[in-house]
Amino acid sequence: MIELESVSRKFGGTTALHETDLCFAAGRTTVLIGPSGCGKSTILRLIIGLLEPTTGMVKIEGQPVSASNVLSLRRRIGYVIQEGGLFAHLTAAQNVLLMAKHLNQPAGQMQTRLRELCELSHFPENALTRYPVELSGGQRQRVSLMRALMLQPSVLLLDEPLGALDPMVRARLQDELKEIFQRLQQTIVLVTHDMAEAAFFADLIVLLNEGRVVQSGTLDDLRVRPSSGFVRDFLHAQRGLAAI
Amino acid sequence: MKSAALLLTIFTFCSTAQSQQILIGSKKFTESYVLGEIAKTALQRAGFTVEHKPGMGGTIILWQALRGRGISLYPEYTGTIAEEILKTKQPLSTDGMRALLRQEGVGMTGELGFNNTYALVMRRNRAAELGIQKISDLRNHPELNIGVTHEFLDRQDGWAPLSARYGLQTRNVRGIDHALGYAALAAGSIDLKDAYSTDAKIAENDLIVLNDDLHFFPQYKAVFLYRLDLDQRAVATLEKLAGTLDETRMTRLNAEAERTKNYASAAALYFGEKPKGEAADLAGKIGRWTWRHLELVGTSLLLAIVIGIPLGIRAGRPGPVSDFILAATGVIQTIPSLALLALLVPLPFFGISPVTAIFALFLYSLLPIVRNTATGLQDIPTAVRESAAALGLEPQAQLWKVFLPLASRTILAGVKTSAIINVGTATLAALIGVGGLGEPIISGLNLNDYSTILQGAIPAAVLALLVQFVFDELDRLIIPRGLRLKL
Repeated sequence: MIELESVSRKFGGTTALHETDLCFAAGRTTVLIGPSGCGKSTILRLIIGLLEPTTGMVKIEGQPVSASNVLSLRRRIGYVIQEGGLFAHLTAAQNVLLMAKHLNQPAGQMQTRLRELCELSHFPENALTRYPVELSGGQRQRVSLMRALMLQPSVLLLDEPLGALDPMVRARLQDELKEIFQRLQQTIVLVTHDMAEAAFFADLIVLLNEGRVVQSGTLDDLRVRPSSGFVRDFLHAQRGLAAI
Repeated sequence: MKSAALLLTIFTFCSTAQSQQILIGSKKFTESYVLGEIAKTALQRAGFTVEHKPGMGGTIILWQALRGRGISLYPEYTGTIAEEILKTKQPLSTDGMRALLRQEGVGMTGELGFNNTYALVMRRNRAAELGIQKISDLRNHPELNIGVTHEFLDRQDGWAPLSARYGLQTRNVRGIDHALGYAALAAGSIDLKDAYSTDAKIAENDLIVLNDDLHFFPQYKAVFLYRLDLDQRAVATLEKLAGTLDETRMTRLNAEAERTKNYASAAALYFGEKPKGEAADLAGKIGRWTWRHLELVGTSLLLAIVIGIPLGIRAGRPGPVSDFILAATGVIQTIPSLALLALLVPLPFFGISPVTAIFALFLYSLLPIVRNTATGLQDIPTAVRESAAALGLEPQAQLWKVFLPLASRTILAGVKTSAIINVGTATLAALIGVGGLGEPIISGLNLNDYSTILQGAIPAAVLALLVQFVFDELDRLIIPRGLRLKL
């Protein structure tokens, strides 16, 4: 469980996130959605401690995030970003194993885990020795996911993980990702700007605009009981949703 | 760091060990070389161990080296002592000069005989064509192209006061290297230059000396300046040289040195011996120069890497500290090498030693390394940075396992640039008598002798290519394969 208590974040004079209380339930998938600059990525960065809150406090499983525990907390959180954020100088396997090696995990245990992850994320084992430039966009995202899952985190944060992929690959990865989420039963926070994707994954959708939570609920809640004109407009802009 | 400190200690040790013997310095022009060789031969015959460090830059460097115990003696001219060293406004008697020098711990021998004053020279036929015989005739020719040495341009007894005294309105005056000036004069790209009255090139190039009809130029009588703690017997030996060299004899010795490209043989001529050719072991000499060059380049580059990369890492984080580091390393690069040496030589730890040359080269090598390290780190995309942090790596581990390997190509390119520039810049070491491939280049420039220049320039160029090759190989070893792939 992740809690934000009166958390806000300012960059110089501009406020990226106004004072917000949010709770991400354990074992559930929460999707943060909203237009560009609404504060959804800021929330992910606050959770993993890449940003410090200007006011308020972030708690993970009851523990407040602070400078002294941020490293150990990060090792219990997986983080996947849009372009993968892979390290170009390391092979796929080295990217996945980097942190485990740094923590001196036994080699046998690491290899077993690596094979498990390949199977879980449908990544061909013979491609493990390739460097990021030699992989396709979809493969890079799979490696990024494997890297995030390597230390068996209890929390998985994904920032537009499928944003840079073409529609066919994207649809396939959505299916696979949902299956993985269901198998792992982790606390998952996923950021997207695509309402169809949000509806596909989410137990709970949180819609943000200009640094504030506008409404949270299921897609039906948003559609049937929009809390404001903005919610209606945002849903309307996502054409083709009627089919869902 | 440890190995760098060790090297410094070794060099310091070497220079103290050498101070047991008599060290002679000389300026970088033929006559000074020859006088240095004459003193060397005279002192050797008196039973001293002597070393001559020829061609050590200009007056300031030699004077500071003498005061700082870098050398024991060097040939100087009374006019220079009055104008440049003591900077007196009133004319000085010889005794007055001695008294002032004594306060600096320096003694002066009796005058050797000849007066090597400045002179203005032109090609004989060009002067005849324009009807110029004396300096005051120049008033009627403000259109002449004048190329004088940089030192003459700035001296208190140099071009500006001379123009003022004679009321010259010349428009085209520029600074040019002494030896290159003769080539320019011969080619007609300049009409007039400064020279020394005993310069062998005057007769050789069929030049005429313009008559100093207003008696502007002061007396430049040659003497030796020595440290007062020099052995009294050695001083007596030097004093015996006084009054033995008139203008004709000096000009002949200068001509001999330039003809044979051998200063020792000119000195031998002074002692009435048939000049004997020094065993021309060219390969051995080039080998020694190159080895010394490599020592200078290697040590200074190593220091620059060890200190430059951490500085670059710090400069990779934006802020006032990083602005300061980048600005400071940039400013160092703009200091001309002779000026930097002149600044370093008087400092206690430095003086005339390889340490000074290595420190100067180290300073010149910093900029490409610091800047490339900083740029390489700054160019890492935010997404990659955040990914490294989000994994839970400590900041140190982020740097070593992710950021530095990702920036390795840029950092190595900086080191490579530094190394190649360093091979070229290391020729400056010869200006303070430390040797290296600059030695033949500078003496060749002064002798206007291209084959001597090439003895230094060709190995230096080969060395630069070699460095390039070695670093291209290193690229393959150091830069991770994932960064070298191109798809």
